[in-house]
Order: sequence, then C-alpha cells, then structure tokens
Amino acid sequence: MSQKNRLQNGGRIDRSQPLTFTYNGKKFEGFAGDTLASALLANGVDIIGRSFKYSRPRGIVAAGAEEPNAIMQLGATEATQVPNVRATQQELFSGLVSGSTNGWPSVDNDVMGLVGKFGGKMMPPGFYYKTFMYPQSMWETYEKVIRKAAGLGRSPNEYDPDIYDKVNQHADVVVVGAGPSGLIAALTAARGGARVIIADEQNEFGGSLLSSKESIDGKAAHAWIADVVKELEANDNVMVLPRSTVNGYHDHNFLTIHERLTDHIADRAPNGQVRQRYHRVRTKWVILATGAHERPLVFGNNDVPGCMVANAISTYINRYGVVPGKELVLMTTNDNAYHTAIDWHDAGRKVQAIVDTRQNPEGELVKAARDRGITVIAGSAVIDVHGGKRVNGVSVASINEDGSKITGSVKKLSADTVASSGGWSPVIHLSCHTGSKPVWNEDVLGFLPGKTVQKQLTAGAINGTFNTAGAFEEGKKAGLEALSNLDLNAVEVAIPATIDVKESKAMALFHVPHTKPTSQAPKQFVDYQNDVTAAGIELACREGFESIEHVKRYTAMGFGTDQGKLGNINGMAVAAKILNKSIPETGTTIFRPNYTPITFGAIAGRDCGALFDPERYSAMHKWHLEHGAKFEDVGQWKRPWYFPKAGESMQQSLDRECLATRESIGILDASTLGKIDIQGKDAREFLGRIYSNAWAKLPVGKCRYGLMLKEDGMVFDDGVTSCLAENHFLMTTTSGGAATVLNWLELYHQTEWPELEVYFTSVTDHWATMTISGPNSRKLLEELIDSDVDVSKDSFKFMDWKPMTVAGVPARVFRISFTGELSFEINVQANYGMHVWKKLFEHGEKYNLTPYGTETMHILRAEKGFIIAGQDTDGSVHPYDLGMGWAVSMNKPFSFIGKRGMQREDCVRAERKQMVGIKTIDPNVVLPEGAQGVFDPTAPIPMPMVGHVSSSYWSACLGRSVALGFVKGGLDKMGEKVYYPLVDGRIVEAEICSPIFLDPKGERQNV
Amino acid sequence: MFYIYCPYCGEHREEEEFHNQGQAHIERPADPDSCSDEEWGNYMFFRKNPRGLHHEIWVHAAGCRKFFNVTRHTVTYEIKEVYKMGEQPKVVAE
Repeated sequence: MSQKNRLQNGGRIDRSQPLTFTYNGKKFEGFAGDTLASALLANGVDIIGRSFKYSRPRGIVAAGAEEPNAIMQLGATEATQVPNVRATQQELFSGLVSGSTNGWPSVDNDVMGLVGKFGGKMMPPGFYYKTFMYPQSMWETYEKVIRKAAGLGRSPNEYDPDIYDKVNQHADVVVVGAGPSGLIAALTAARGGARVIIADEQNEFGGSLLSSKESIDGKAAHAWIADVVKELEANDNVMVLPRSTVNGYHDHNFLTIHERLTDHIADRAPNGQVRQRYHRVRTKWVILATGAHERPLVFGNNDVPGCMVANAISTYINRYGVVPGKELVLMTTNDNAYHTAIDWHDAGRKVQAIVDTRQNPEGELVKAARDRGITVIAGSAVIDVHGGKRVNGVSVASINEDGSKITGSVKKLSADTVASSGGWSPVIHLSCHTGSKPVWNEDVLGFLPGKTVQKQLTAGAINGTFNTAGAFEEGKKAGLEALSNLDLNAVEVAIPATIDVKESKAMALFHVPHTKPTSQAPKQFVDYQNDVTAAGIELACREGFESIEHVKRYTAMGFGTDQGKLGNINGMAVAAKILNKSIPETGTTIFRPNYTPITFGAIAGRDCGALFDPERYSAMHKWHLEHGAKFEDVGQWKRPWYFPKAGESMQQSLDRECLATRESIGILDASTLGKIDIQGKDAREFLGRIYSNAWAKLPVGKCRYGLMLKEDGMVFDDGVTSCLAENHFLMTTTSGGAATVLNWLELYHQTEWPELEVYFTSVTDHWATMTISGPNSRKLLEELIDSDVDVSKDSFKFMDWKPMTVAGVPARVFRISFTGELSFEINVQANYGMHVWKKLFEHGEKYNLTPYGTETMHILRAEKGFIIAGQDTDGSVHPYDLGMGWAVSMNKPFSFIGKRGMQREDCVRAERKQMVGIKTIDPNVVLPEGAQGVFDPTAPIPMPMVGHVSSSYWSACLGRSVALGFVKGGLDKMGEKVYYPLVDGRIVEAEICSPIFLDPKGERQNV
Repeated sequence: MFYIYCPYCGEHREEEEFHNQGQAHIERPADPDSCSDEEWGNYMFFRKNPRGLHHEIWVHAAGCRKFFNVTRHTVTYEIKEVYKMGEQPKVVAE
C-alpha cells in the first residue's frame, strides 16, 4: 500500500524525488515538497494521535499552523528529539523519524480510549480539579500517570548537538506573511527604497495562492509568485525569510522571528550549519499580512478521523496532490468552501453531497458545483458523524433559518471524509501580543485587529478581506502608507489581474444543533487539542463561569500548544448562545506570544555551555589551576575555594590552611574585591553621607572600615576605604556587591546630590590584590621591598597604607586584616599580579607560605567575629543588631543614609534579633547554617523561634566549632542557653557568647 | 522590549542596556531627623502604581551610567517623553 491517496499529476511536489520516512516505527514513502502531514495522508494514515483527555483517535484536520491534532515527536536519535512539532508544518526529508506524542501503549489501541468511550459523562470540565485534588499528597503520583497517558511529548535526555544563532536586525518595514497582500506590500515598500524584511512560516511564499488553482495576470499563481520573489531577492535592501515564523510582536515594534534553516533537510544540521536562527528585529513599521484560518463547525463526533477543515482538503489536493479519502460530504455556511467540493470532484473522487446550512444558497461557486452534478442539500446540517477510527457516514437533518434547531427527519449518508467550513477567522494573533484588544465584526463574522499604539499596518485576510483582488489592493495600500510614514516617495505598483468570483452572503453558524440537547448529544468538539466540547462549555457556564476568560481556564479551551487557533471563536459562540448574549458581549479573545511553539535551542542561541555566563578570572587564576585549587562562584568570579593536597579531604585542607596562617603565613587572592576609585573635592563629604561612620578627619595614608546602609537603616555592604590623597579615595566592596554599590553611589550622586563634585570609577579589574596574613608576613614583605622602606610596627601602623615597590613593581600596600593576624594587602597593577604572586612564593617557601581560599578566609574571620555582608546580614539587620554601633557616628552634621531609618520604632525596640557568638556545649558539633534557635526545646510545636545560625565552621585553631548567629535580645543574654532542634531530630544545646572567639583584645594584629 | 532614548547619549537603545529604578520625583527629605516615623515611612516605602502615566527613573546601566526620567504609560507601555534629572515632566496625568 503505497501512497494510495496520491494523485498522478499536479501539486507542488516532485514525484521524481521519493523520500523515505518513519512514522511510529513503520517506513513510508513521500515526495520532495511534502509535509509530514501530506505524506501521511497520501499513505492513508488516519490516526495520528490520541486526544488529551478522552483518548479518542484523532486524525489530521488542518494543513498549517492551526493544526491541533497532528502534534509529533521528531528525532532519529536521543539528542535530536523535538517535541510538539505540527506534522502540517514539518517538511518531509529522507530519513525523517516521527511518532505520535500521545497514545499509550499505541495510538491504534489505547488504554485510555476506554475512558473516552464509556466515561465521557464522568469527565466533565474541571474533572481533574474535582477528582485528583484529594488527598493532596497524592497529586504528584496522579500527575505522573496523567502525563504519561496524555502524552505531551518529551524533551531529549542528551545535549542538543546543533548550533543555534541569535541575530539582531533593524528594518524600516517588516512584512509578516508572504501571501498575496504581503508580497505586494513588500514589493511596494522595497521599490520605494525601504529596508524590508519579509518573513513567512512556510517553505514557499504565496500563502493562500499555494492552495488554490487561481491564476494571476493570466499565468499560474506560482509563476507570478516566483517573479515577485526574484525581484525581492535581487534587492539589497530586502531580506527574504522563508521558513521563518514571526512568533512574537513586542512593545515598540520589536519582533521575534524563528527561522528554521535545516529542519527540512535532516535530523541534524549537516556540516555544522546553524540549525535555527532567532531574529530579534526592531522595525519602524510592521505590516501584518497574516491571512486567516478557516473555522471548522461544531457538530456531533466531529473529531472522528476523516473530519477536516474544508480548505485544508483543497490544500492537500492542489498543493500536495493528495486526496485524503474517497467519498466526501462537505458542510458549509458559505460559498467559499464549495471550492473544496469542486477540487475533490475534479480530482476524480466522489462528492456525496454538499450540505449547506443556508436555506437558498446561490452564487457562482454554488452554480459551478451544481453544474458538475454535485448534490447540494440546502438548509441542512451534518449533525452527527459515524465511525470509530475513520468516518463511515454522517447524519444529515434540515435546520431552521438561524440554525438553532432541527426541523426535519434525520437522513444517513455514506462518506469517509467530512469537510466543514464555518467561515474564516482572521489571524490576529500578532496584533494581540502588544495588548491590542480585537474587535468583533459582524460582516466578517470574526475578530479583526483592534486599536493599537504600535506602528502597525494590516492588509488582506487579517482585515476580513478574503478575496485575492482585495488582498492585492490592501497590500499595495499598506506598502504605500509605510513609505509615506517613512518619508519615502510613493512608487508605481501594478495590481495583478485576478478573476473575481462573486460570493453570496455567508451564514453566522458556529455550533450545529442536534436532535438532543447539547448535554445529551454526541460529543461536539470545540477545542480538539484540549478535548473541550460544546457540552463542557455549557456546563461551565451553568456552573457560574460566565466570563469567557473563566470559561477558558475552567475548560482549558485554548490552553493547548495551538492556543485555540481553530476553537476559540466557536467556543465563544457556544458560551454566547447559552448566556443569551452576542459574541462581542461575551468578551474577546486574546492571543499571547509565541504564535507557534519555539525551541529552547533558538531562544538560547549560543548562550549555553561555556558561553552561558561570562566567567571572571583574577590575574593569578592560572597559578590556582596549576596548584589544584577547587573553585567557588562568587558573582561571575571564579574564586579559589580551597587548595587540597593529594589525598586530603576538604576539612583536612581547611585545617591545614587555617593553622599555617595563624602559625606562620597564609596568602589569599583578594583581587575580586570590588574597588571603586573616588575623586573630587567633595569626595570626603560624599563618603560621610553614604557610610554610617565618620570620614571628615581621615588623613591621607589611613584606611577605615565602613558600613553602607539603605535608607531603612539596614546594612547592605561593607568594606575598607582608604584616603589616597586629600580628594582621592579608594573604596573596596564585597566581591559580589561591586556593581550594586557603584550604582548606589551614582544614584545618590546624580539624583540627590548633583551639587557635590565627585567622580566614581570602577577599578576592580585594574588591580591584583594578594593578602599575606600571619605572624611572619612582615618578614616576607620586607624581603621584597626596598630596604629604605620601613614597615615596622610603629612606622607602618595597623590601618595605614603606603605606596612602595614590591618585587620591583609599584604597589599600594594596606595594613588591614580580615583574619585578625598581622596582615598586609598588596595591590599591584593587574598584569604584574602573577609576577608578584610568584615572587612571594619564592621567598615564602621557608615560612611555609600557604595559599588559602574563600572557605579558610570565612573560618578565620568567623573566629574573629567579623561579618560577611550578605551572609551574616540579610537586609533586616542594622549596625546595632550586629553589635557594630562603633561603626556608626550619630553626630555627623549630615543625616547619613540609614541614620533616620534605624531610629524607627521597630528598629529601636528591645528583643530585636542580634548577632552573637554561639558556642555548642559539645565542642565537636558544628551547627548547620540556617538552623533555627529556640529558648525552650520542650515547648509545644510550633516552637517560638528566636533566630538563626548565619555562619558556622569547624575551627582547627581553637579545636572546636565556632558559629555566629542571631538571637532575640542576644547581646543581653551572654552565657545563657539556646537550643537548635535539627531536622534529624537532634537538639543541639549551645551557649550565647561574644562573637570574638579568638584573641578578643586584638593583640595578634598589632605586632 | 522597550526602545529607550537616552537623553545623554542622544540615541535610542535597547531596553537590555537600561535598568528601571522606580518612581521618579521622590525627593529625600532635607532634614530626615525631624521627620516623623510616618513621614519617613512614606518616603521610604510608599510608591504609586498608576494605571496610566507614570514618571519613573531609568539608568543607562550598560551605557553612559546616567540616570534620567521617563514618562511611560503603564497600560500601553508607550514612552511619552524622556527628560534629564532635575527637569520636570511635560506630559502629566490629567
């Protein structure tokens, strides 16, 4: 059985190029030019999936982006799996591997199908909410089963091997859609000299012309299209983008276009080519020429495979040379769909009847059908479809003039295909993306684009102009309007000649009546993808969901990957009918980006793997790598975490690093600390306002620690600032906070105190900073500096800085300490960093100079009770909570940032959580950070919590654990007990103590 | 995504280069120490959330690092005007 539905001639396929593909494990053949859908139909494949909720067999119903059923999983290998691909949009290639995304164990024999067959009444809208909510703890279990049964496709478990690109574009005019109106619009704009991008989701330009037998300017439509494309491609100002879906229309005329470069060639992009490209386009004008989707009608069992949208059938016949059945019944509310019956008849297959819902259809196409001997049953409707896995007949009955009830007896007709047309819905999706509300138009029987603030024009079927001649006119008009808006001269564009077919008035019918009330009639599907029926919508309305937005959410109408392209308007009509309102009174329909699903690959582009986020390295990074450092991420910095020696555990490394520093000398790469150079005659005044402590009298050559607060009085950063010259300071910030602090300084300078003359420059990367710390650090420094520079205790005091030459390189050396040891922070120009670092090691070997990372730094500072902003502070602690009132100068003349804030009622009350040291009674127990303290571990649950542990480590130097944390009123509770009930059931008893565990008098750093 | 004119650079740039810094024209009280808790609380925490025109501060973070004011419509997202720090808006809500 090969391609039993393929015609011998016609269509845009190449019969000399057969292609083999796989669907659900079986091999099939199609032709170049096919889509996966047309090839499946050619081969007579009826069932392409199972429905979401009732698991009913489903077939292909449409031929484009609006397809709700034929959602495929593609991919020949695990790494190239792509879920949610519409078979109607996937071009066929040799070796394509596809499968249904739902249906378990197989689409032909589906376990869940029984539920759909017999359990229909048991699954009303809200079924899942109503059924699976209780007990709540079981939801995760239910969900797994439901997901498997429903089958939403799956993502690959391996890395995507393909390359994706992102491109930024600027244009004068972007034309969305290359049907007749879009082509003329682009041609007009391009001839006028505008920079134009024209994008269309299909592989070929032409839009509706590709599906019809129309002739343009007396020649076949495709010949005319080829001429236009040739002219556009030859124009340097025009970018022609086929296979490119404009997926999003965002604020200020920003469009996102998803271009598929190789998806039609192979499973993987050949030769390392880019697979997909994501264009981010800022354009002056947008012309939406997005066309329209035909609406199916809602009638009994309208989801049985073989039920299709009328125009889709014409597309399969005219474009792909495929007639998807033998015997057709067409139900229509309008003349236009007669084309389908005529195409079917002309392809040599039988048209059983045209069932027209209008009482007296007349018009050229009606006549053309009758002339061919096709039976037209007027004033009637198909009210039910028979068959399980394929249509085998229909029930037809006469209806009254407004289509609200059945007026005659039911007659059965045989058929294997049912086409239906309820008219056309303009594709207004993109115009909705920017918040424009669509407006119902009674003549068009559809929603049209509403008022917009975007620089947007529309042309063709999107405006409800469904004939080709009208589309050409509007396309030209939009092109000329864009030119005029761009101050470009108008140009001459001839409107191509078309043969105008007069159509008579269509009937407003969406939901076909049945002899039984809707709730008892056979299922009448509105939204195929989410299995929403007319009865379900009626029930939702009866249950009180009267707003269409609520109806949608309750029934899930329009919430599938197709966004309800086919169903939404029918659903609104059903709701309007039961609520006794008109469609516009019921509400409107809004579509959101993206128009069709887009791959994560395209969104990510090259921003993945090593390029996901920039990594920042210090000048000594290579040395750290060579010496086996383990790294931790601090902001974008890669900082050495610790330096394990062979066979060492992390704790063993930390113990060794800590002891070496306290006993002799350790070295830390501190280059990542934020450094801001501050200059100007008001720099000192500015510092006084931005820091909590006093800066007015800090002399040149001195350093000072400062706390930076927010207006609410809470600490947000800290660091040492040094006076380099009278009007020149160097501020240091936390490694992660550098950019935030710089922005903070600029904010206050530019918005509050522009009168102050002060300038800020980030110099973080300009300096390499290495801190040597420990009793032997002075000896080591002395070996590397000129002999006439005195760094002795009294001439280079604690909190002094001096310029000097270190290892032959100009340096700033700061005598500051974050370890509590004698400590020197050596700053050299970054490109000398490695040289100085190595020199330090040459000379430091005899002192057992030991490199340490951030973890040892944390332990050493915690032993001294020094805070880390962001670890021991969380935006809710002020300096007094930290016991750091010494860093606040309340009598500065200017009310510094945070001063008023920390005097608020809540900030001065007793029993605030305050930072203290926490000494576990068992010295070997290291509390987990984040543990919550209680005063009474026997209190009933929930126990009143009194504060958390913010820093906690094993201290090798003290031979016990040390911790910092917050306790309510802690500063007045020294020596009292606090308990930490842990998740494992243990309750750790601890004593509140001073946060300074080591050298409380600070003698070690003053030597 | 917005397309924002930086009045200091004199060019339109993509929103990615800018950060929103919240409501504009909130002046820090000249004498914070004499503010009541309520006055200080209003200054620190209370912000408008209008449906319509909103004056807000943006910073050209990945550009010239200058702060400036934007009058933006919170429903349509139209930027009605851009003006430098210290200047007053010309487009205001009725």
